[in-house]
Amino acid sequence: MSNPTPPVGPGLPETQTLIPDTTTAPGKEKESKQGKQGKPASLWTDAWYDLRRRPMFIISVIIILVLLVMSFWPSLFSSIDPYNARTCDLSTARQGPSPGHLFGRDNLGCDVYARTIYGARNSIVIGVFTTLVTTLIGGLLGIIAGFRGGMVDTISSRVTEIFFAIPSILGALLIAATFRGRYNSILLVIIALSVLGWPMVYRIMRAAVITAKNQDFVVAARALGAGAGRIMFRHLLPNSLAPVIVVATINLGTFIAAEAALSFLGVGVQSPDISWGLMIADARNRFLEAPLPLVFPAVFLSITVLAFIMMGDAVRDALDPKLR
Amino acid sequence: MKRTSTDVLPGEGALGDEPLLAVDNLHVEFHTRAGTVRAVNGVSYTVAPGETLAVLGESGSGKSVTAQAIMGILDMPPAVIPKGEIRFKGTDLLKLSEEARTQVRGQRIAMIFQDALSALNPVFTVGWQISEMFRVHRGMSKADAMKKAVELMDRVRIPAARQRVHDYPHQFSGGMRQRIMIAMSIALDPEVLIADEPTTALDVTVQAQIMELLAELQRESQMGLILITHDLGVVADVADKIAVMYAGRIVENAPVYDIYKAPAHPYTKGLLDSIPRVDQKGQDLYAIKGLPPNLLDLPTGCSFHPRCPYRQDNCVTDVPPLYEISGTRGSACHYWREVLDGERQ
Amino acid sequence: MASGSERILEVRDLVKHFPLTQGIVFKKQIGAIKAVDGVSFDLNRGETLGIVGESGCGKSTLAKVLMALERPTSGSVVINGRDIAKAKGGELKRMRRNIQMVMQDPYTSLNPRMTVGDIIGEPYEIHTDVAPKGDRRKRVQDLLEVVGLNPDHINRYPHQFSGGQRQRIGIARGLALQPEIIVCDEPVSALDVSIQAQVINLLERLQNEFNLAYIFIAHDLSVVRHISDRVGVMYLGKFVELGKDAEIYDRPAHPYTQALLSAVPVPDPEGREQRERIILQGDPPSPANPPSGCRFRTRCWKAQEICAEEEPLLQIRPGTTHESACHFAETHDVVHVS
Repeated sequence: MSNPTPPVGPGLPETQTLIPDTTTAPGKEKESKQGKQGKPASLWTDAWYDLRRRPMFIISVIIILVLLVMSFWPSLFSSIDPYNARTCDLSTARQGPSPGHLFGRDNLGCDVYARTIYGARNSIVIGVFTTLVTTLIGGLLGIIAGFRGGMVDTISSRVTEIFFAIPSILGALLIAATFRGRYNSILLVIIALSVLGWPMVYRIMRAAVITAKNQDFVVAARALGAGAGRIMFRHLLPNSLAPVIVVATINLGTFIAAEAALSFLGVGVQSPDISWGLMIADARNRFLEAPLPLVFPAVFLSITVLAFIMMGDAVRDALDPKLR
Repeated sequence: MKRTSTDVLPGEGALGDEPLLAVDNLHVEFHTRAGTVRAVNGVSYTVAPGETLAVLGESGSGKSVTAQAIMGILDMPPAVIPKGEIRFKGTDLLKLSEEARTQVRGQRIAMIFQDALSALNPVFTVGWQISEMFRVHRGMSKADAMKKAVELMDRVRIPAARQRVHDYPHQFSGGMRQRIMIAMSIALDPEVLIADEPTTALDVTVQAQIMELLAELQRESQMGLILITHDLGVVADVADKIAVMYAGRIVENAPVYDIYKAPAHPYTKGLLDSIPRVDQKGQDLYAIKGLPPNLLDLPTGCSFHPRCPYRQDNCVTDVPPLYEISGTRGSACHYWREVLDGERQ
Repeated sequence: MASGSERILEVRDLVKHFPLTQGIVFKKQIGAIKAVDGVSFDLNRGETLGIVGESGCGKSTLAKVLMALERPTSGSVVINGRDIAKAKGGELKRMRRNIQMVMQDPYTSLNPRMTVGDIIGEPYEIHTDVAPKGDRRKRVQDLLEVVGLNPDHINRYPHQFSGGQRQRIGIARGLALQPEIIVCDEPVSALDVSIQAQVINLLERLQNEFNLAYIFIAHDLSVVRHISDRVGVMYLGKFVELGKDAEIYDRPAHPYTQALLSAVPVPDPEGREQRERIILQGDPPSPANPPSGCRFRTRCWKAQEICAEEEPLLQIRPGTTHESACHFAETHDVVHVS
């Protein structure tokens, strides 16, 4: 190659001596444009932008918000308190809709509308707490197994597979039936569903952690001397959370459905507590002559479950553009 | 106006003054939620049979988008081509029906990519993938097509082609996979081959093998080759002429010897000056200051002005046209004379 | 430039084999990838040792072993008299302050969920005694300034920066603990051409300012020449040649080095038809099953019987001034740089 002398042409005064601090300037220059330019935003900002434009997401969020308000302040929706036995009147059993009793009355002459509204709370409480417990257990085990690898991973994954192999509704039925009456029925449902509900979260978390673990920033943290705890909770967890949140949202819906199934089978929520599953069970014998006491809680149940699954789906699509 | 595959290109053969492939004032935009990304802003270049055109540029310069527009493999939307022509033997490809376009793509104009592993289908044997070209486009029987596949693998110097034809892509090394890609692209004797960073993912000794292979295939078949790269060394080795791209424009085009001897655009000059030289040891390298431009918000006037040591006031306001320096050279710089005079030796 | 000749790193007979196993619960070893297979070198304070070689030659594994991210199968990595390869717990953590790294990919090497301040400040959170808590923010801002970034950007996230700026953030993180040695693993190869020179200049300026020693791993031979005082050429887990930059580039003695240098395209078309080009045939053999004797013999045009029988050691050979591992070593200027 020829041996070029440093260029000294006209109009080229100080180019040869570019000192590094001049590179600060473009940084500042960039800053002024930051507002205008569509830099690749972070995962969550991007997802949020995407979600706001999905009708499916908007609808499900509205439904869920209404349900939440309903379960915390049911009296906003119904002037009748169904937990007060005096609001029931056996002589009006199975009466159709009438002013003040929009959904009619059930087998015991209680107001179906009020009971449906008040039933939301137990469904939501059970769904939320079961989701919390399973996400914590599955997530923690998953992050440890994924990070440690080797023997820890092998053993915990085999154990998880055993739990996975048990049909969850059957297992929950067994647990709930065995301990029935010994504990608060709502607590028991949460436990029964949690025992078999965590393996899904475990799998998702473990897979996400294994992907994140091989990223360079984790290697960089190890090179700095970061301990296991710091790597797991400061680096791996925040980068593995997205798929877990998706699956937890979908799970919430399925747990609510499972609660209804258990209650329907008589091992879930017990009277005098109110739950949609229980209401469906109570109404089923007289379904042909009085369908409304069954239809209303069933419709509410379906909409609730659907709302959570729809929201989970929307979040998944927003977080994972590859699936679009 | 539906064309049959036999008369895809009217006037074919009567090339006249028309080059083999001509890109003329091409514009490509991407409509994204953040705004309009102006990826290609009036690019023109030509390739003749047997000629190698190197398109040099950094990421975001629009060099690959132009190639994808030629191939007709841009996702539209979000991409839009508001202006320009791509003439292949005188026929504007952009005006062809999708059906006619398919006849050109792969058969007359072929492309190889940087990442051969993801460009090959992992679940089919390489022989099957190469022979598919013959079965689909030439209607050959399975056995004949397979025989042709082995011939091609021999031609791109894959050792033991007869046995390896039944292997899957992951069973080959990076260099061998790139050879398979090349085999697929030349299967139907294309007249133009576009190579998009064909050796960027490869080691230098393998890169040398692949570049040699491409040059040889080109000599045999007189293909026009468009080599898209950011590597000034590779360009100097194989190109006949160069188009340097920056922010979606060609800022300089010239025969290869001219540009290395005396660049006529400050960006080209900056790139050449920043190559480490032996006599610069222990000194700072020349560095082009600043950052590549944001395509959503291009600088006014000349896109390079914020980084340019030759900048004058009119650079901020006036977009420089591609000034003609000689019959074969052009520079999109208002002050190309000054740049040219600040001579490298 | 090497100031004085105080030796701060001694690598001796370093070996790293990755076992190839079969079975899930009861693992049976069926072989080993010999990624690094007997590497020795020294590094002086303020010096730069460049390491070049092609993918699979073991240069990245070597970096990981030096950083104590992988335990070597055997051999030692002695930093200031202590072997980091055998250190554990608190001692290892203390030793890490002396050797830090800059990684290749500025897009994956920064945690996307942390602010720049948290990323550069993390070394201080791990090594709490280096900087008192109240002092850290100031130190991070100083570091940002040192690497040429705006200190006010401390609360931004990595995705708000360009590739070159992210690499500066990675360099700032590497500097935080004031190490004596920085291992740079392909620090510019992921950057745009016009940005590479900026980062190389920064690395050189930091070296002068803080008297750093660099292990500079790269495949771009011209960049390695520019920054290195000495260069080692690796092939299949071993050094085949080791010497001063001019010795390696102008008087290469090993056939592999010669082939490598001649394969690098010269950015000047003048005389390209006449240029000597040694094109190696085939691919490098698998590091799981390297050839006997000299590992390069399967692709070497000089290979004789002795090459299969006897492994050539890395030593100064007759007619040469630096170490090479070839029975038929002979200097030969392949590049003709004027």
